[in-house]
Amino acid sequence: MAYSAAKKPRPKYLSLPALLFEIRLPLAGWVSILHRASGALLFLSTLWLLFMLDRSLASPRGFDFVRHYLGLVPVKLALLVLVWAYCHHFCAGIRFLLLDLHKGIDKARARASSIAVLIASLALTVFFGARLW
Amino acid sequence: MKRNVVGAHYGLRDWLAQRITAVVMAVYSGIVVVVLMIGQPIGYAVWRDLFAQGWMRVATLLFAASVAWHMWVGVRDILMDYVKPTGARLSAQVLVLLVIAGYLGWTVQILWR
Repeated sequence: MAYSAAKKPRPKYLSLPALLFEIRLPLAGWVSILHRASGALLFLSTLWLLFMLDRSLASPRGFDFVRHYLGLVPVKLALLVLVWAYCHHFCAGIRFLLLDLHKGIDKARARASSIAVLIASLALTVFFGARLW
Repeated sequence: MKRNVVGAHYGLRDWLAQRITAVVMAVYSGIVVVVLMIGQPIGYAVWRDLFAQGWMRVATLLFAASVAWHMWVGVRDILMDYVKPTGARLSAQVLVLLVIAGYLGWTVQILWR
């Protein structure tokens, strides 16, 4: 049994056209999958972030190198993506903590809070991005 | 009793750990943002002195430990959702654990150089 984790096959309706055009994620679903995607991205990017922390604290020359490196446009854009990932993961995480406490679990407020998470994380990204740029 | 060795260990512990580490990281994030925003412009001396202080080193270590544990639970959940064959999943989980241990070791080395 290679697939011991999958107990039994379940009926599925997941043709490609259905996935693309018929099945739409609700906003809370977008917050959720972006929470997962941003978390995975942050896990992978920690190597890069630690590299920059290491260089910047090692010596004045290392610090200047990181400052120069962060001045490059592709590097800035990459860092901006990570800033968004952190902000989204942060805001969505707080929403999940509140849901755990049974705050805002009715449909209307859950939808409102998912919109708030998407907007707040973008606003925070703009704020920190402007200060970093 | 038949148990899946790469399962979720049937417990509340990881779920709770994910939330407690999240709170630790949120508090640290807030402190760092405040320190960086109200402090002087960041030059090498300011940057080095910040991480030379005992409280900052300990706070950063607590943050890094929380990140490590939080990452493990989160990435393991992703692997459990998408990687079904037991061998491949176990291999991926071991690799992730080694990477996280490496991250944590490197962080300690950076802080107490």
